Amino acid sequence: MAATTQNISATAPNASAEARRQRIGFVVMAAILLVAPFIVYPVFLMKVMCFALFACAFNLLIGFGGLLSFGHAMFLGTAGYICAHAAKEWGFPPELAIVTGTAASAALGLITGLLAIRRQGIYFAMITLALAQMLFFFYLQAPFTHGEDGIQSVPRGKLFGVIDLTSVWAMYFTVLVIFLGAFLAIYRIIHSPFGQVLKAIRENEPRAVSLGYSADRYKLLAFILSATFSGLAGATKAIVFQLASLTDVHWSMSGEVVLMTLLGGLGTVFGPVIGALIIVAMENYLSPFGAWVTIAQGAIFVACVLTFRRGIVGELAARFGSEHKSSS
Amino acid sequence: MEIFGVPTQALFGQLLIGLINGSFYALLSLGLAVIFGLLNIINFTHGAQYMMGAFCAYFLMTKLGVGYWWALAIAPVVVGAIGVIIERLMLKQLYELDHLYGLLLTFGLALIIQGLFRNEFGSSGLPYAMPAELGGGRNLGFMFLPNYRAWVIIASLVVCLGTWFVIEKTKLGSYLRAATENPALVQAFGINVPRMITLTYGFGVGLAALAGVMAAPIYQVAPQMGADLIIVVFAVVVIGGMGSIMGSIITGFGLGLIEGLTKVFYPEASNTVIFIIMAIVLLFRPAGLFGTPK
Amino acid sequence: MLLKKTAAAAAVAALVATGAQAQVSDGVVKIGVLTDMSSLYSDLAGAGSVLAARMAIEDSGVQKRGLKVELISADHQNKPDVGSGIARQWYDVDKVDAIFDTPNSGVALAVSQVTRDKGKAFIVSGAASADLTGKACSPNTIHWTYDTWMLANGTGNAIVKTGGDTWFFLTADYAFGHALERDTEAVVLKTGGKVLGKVRVPLNTQDFSSFLLQAQSSKAKIIGLANAGGDTTNSIKQAAEFGIVKGGQNLAGLLVFLTDVHALGLNTAQGLIFTETFYWDRDEASRAFAKRFAPQDKGIHPTMIHAGVYAGVLHYLKAVEALKGDDGTKVIAKMKELPTDDPLFGKGTIRVDGRKIHPAYLVEVKKPSESKAPWDYYKIRATIPADQAFRPLADGGCPLVK
Repeated sequence: MAATTQNISATAPNASAEARRQRIGFVVMAAILLVAPFIVYPVFLMKVMCFALFACAFNLLIGFGGLLSFGHAMFLGTAGYICAHAAKEWGFPPELAIVTGTAASAALGLITGLLAIRRQGIYFAMITLALAQMLFFFYLQAPFTHGEDGIQSVPRGKLFGVIDLTSVWAMYFTVLVIFLGAFLAIYRIIHSPFGQVLKAIRENEPRAVSLGYSADRYKLLAFILSATFSGLAGATKAIVFQLASLTDVHWSMSGEVVLMTLLGGLGTVFGPVIGALIIVAMENYLSPFGAWVTIAQGAIFVACVLTFRRGIVGELAARFGSEHKSSS
Repeated sequence: MEIFGVPTQALFGQLLIGLINGSFYALLSLGLAVIFGLLNIINFTHGAQYMMGAFCAYFLMTKLGVGYWWALAIAPVVVGAIGVIIERLMLKQLYELDHLYGLLLTFGLALIIQGLFRNEFGSSGLPYAMPAELGGGRNLGFMFLPNYRAWVIIASLVVCLGTWFVIEKTKLGSYLRAATENPALVQAFGINVPRMITLTYGFGVGLAALAGVMAAPIYQVAPQMGADLIIVVFAVVVIGGMGSIMGSIITGFGLGLIEGLTKVFYPEASNTVIFIIMAIVLLFRPAGLFGTPK
Repeated sequence: MLLKKTAAAAAVAALVATGAQAQVSDGVVKIGVLTDMSSLYSDLAGAGSVLAARMAIEDSGVQKRGLKVELISADHQNKPDVGSGIARQWYDVDKVDAIFDTPNSGVALAVSQVTRDKGKAFIVSGAASADLTGKACSPNTIHWTYDTWMLANGTGNAIVKTGGDTWFFLTADYAFGHALERDTEAVVLKTGGKVLGKVRVPLNTQDFSSFLLQAQSSKAKIIGLANAGGDTTNSIKQAAEFGIVKGGQNLAGLLVFLTDVHALGLNTAQGLIFTETFYWDRDEASRAFAKRFAPQDKGIHPTMIHAGVYAGVLHYLKAVEALKGDDGTKVIAKMKELPTDDPLFGKGTIRVDGRKIHPAYLVEVKKPSESKAPWDYYKIRATIPADQAFRPLADGGCPLVK
């Protein structure tokens, strides 16, 4: 189809004012998360944090790498299953189980990345979808996942052998630390030289290549990083909810993370967190209304694509940031 | 006589069934191929539109007493008209943007449509009777072939080849293909390009609805009937080559055959075999088997 | 004098009332119906289950006798993590005392664990897994309505006895399908039948023609459908297309509900044989219930799941009233202690492993000519007495059974 295509995520030049704004944003977010469990149900907040991490990881790939993956659920779910299995069947302590799950997703990211990176745009999306579907059917039939029942009664265990995670507060603060730590790590990655090259590749790949950067290698690394952090989210979620199920590898989960990131703002730093918060809250509080949740999600997709492409954070940044658009 | 442990009679039966399924896949992916091939829109709503075609047939039957044969003509027009509205109102605004926005929009639309139908009609589905003229079947010796399935093969071949012919071999088709390659130039020739695009989308959607009407007598008419099917159909179009009409037709039939064989020898994998093939094809020929790289 | 007496009586009454309420947590018995309102099971459970619970609360009359009861509901969307998340929140935040229904065994198992951890009560109507009263049994869970063992045995036994002694299985390739197939195969073999073959079909397959062809060529007298929901209706519809029944083979649905038959239509579903534990047209009491139920559920007549929720809530409230408290573990124990008696399942008991015992009915779907009204779908072929319908207590592997 015709000429000018606008890339799926737009950016603008950096400024130190932007960086300061983001630091403030981080402090505010951390403060809210420290106080919130006293007001809002902590398990709900933990769910939000896990999905926010998942969305941030996804955003790394699409917002900064420019690659839309339609199969990211495979990383969330694989880590969840491996972590659950390790904790339940092999008796791993929770921190080791989470690490194992995350490592499994990283390895999966390497393998699928090698297969998928070679293509771009819609073909990349389709390959990731195909791979994710294959993995879904594998998990459906593999005995260790117990299929539709999922891996149930995963023990929370004792963190480092000392902290009993069955206590809601211990679990909450563990998840908080994991979330904030991973968020910071992603933030550092985005703003590192690696992140800059990645953005350059996204903006204009031939030029980046002509400058001597191996585009494939950068994209693959971004893919693996995205997979790893998604895995971290999935493994943590498995310990919090003591459950790993097929829902986490189904393609509708892949669609949900796209929705969260789109709603929050592709390529923004805090967008995925906001998007995750809204979508998880919607599912939670609209659940008495049955199928309206799906309809609402569809409506949000449509609205975002038609009128709201920069997402919530993107729109806010554009409104209040004058010459600064979404982050870089 | 046995081949790999399966008696030849049974094998032929399975191959014929595979062919029948393939014709269904071909019909279903035809609409998607037209829309992507000519308009570069990834129509994720295809599954929901297929479902609407089946429901339309159901309503024509139960509310208006209109039978299957009329439904074959009416439902595609009705659903196609809805498609035209969608295109005019929403898709038009996305043509200048990355294709992926089109995918996200149509994905959202699919969620809305399926959710609304589920709210209204429940999830078990509704009964749609087999048209009397096509019921029953004949015993071919190696299997019992229902007449309806034979009809599906014939209808599918006719529609697929007809569509291919119109697009590839007629003047109208050539205008369409030219318009997608260089709309400005074609518009300068006095051809109303936006209207062509709208009608093409409507046509593709109509094809989906047609497949839905054909499915109604044999698959349960339920709101989710298109949801899992859409992914398989995508795979067919991707393997065939996203620009190529003939590609998806051939792939559709071919896939039916391969799936049929898998169901005999290793049924548990029959769901995954298409994705394995899709991944392999995308790795070595990203434009698909018959497509031209864009 | 009269005033003093009245005052004294009022004081005593107030004391008694507050006494009763003092042991009911927060003064309210809060019931949560956790069900599937938006996907596969929304017709056979869903809003109908919530309605059934509401009817049971009214019919029990406990509110007139001073007990405050509240009802909430939620959609678990068939996802174990959503279901267990809602259960947790209900118990921790919303002060729910008991959860009912929960179709989908994966969700039910998760909720059973959460309920046990928090010492509440869980009465399952919708889920099928026999593990809920087997290796995953719990002192806080009761399994009403049905389970996979009962289905397999009821249907399998009855069919083999009437001459269907060679079987071919069409099995949905996931844990539930495998469980159904395994249990039914065991019954068939035990009663002297043979299993000529089986094929594992991926879940949510639309087209069964290839598998039905294999079933046809096996020439087994009975084709057992070890699947549920859309898979079952699709395989039945296509079996009719391929002339399977006309060719002399019969279909045995291992998990079929009234709403599935309605979705198929009698033309396609006629002759299907399966087992249920409730049918709305079985006797006067069930008919009366259906007459009140259907208009409030868009005309859908009650399935056995709906009936199970109704009866479960009734018995739960009976136990709460007798105990004057709603501590989960204690109420469940009381429910096992009290014999059950409700208009839908009749008299029955609840065993120590949580299994509710009642008779089961082998039904056959009527031919279109035999049906006099909408939803008039079944003929009851046989009654399986309560003591034979469910798995023997010792065979379940439940740690609560000494």
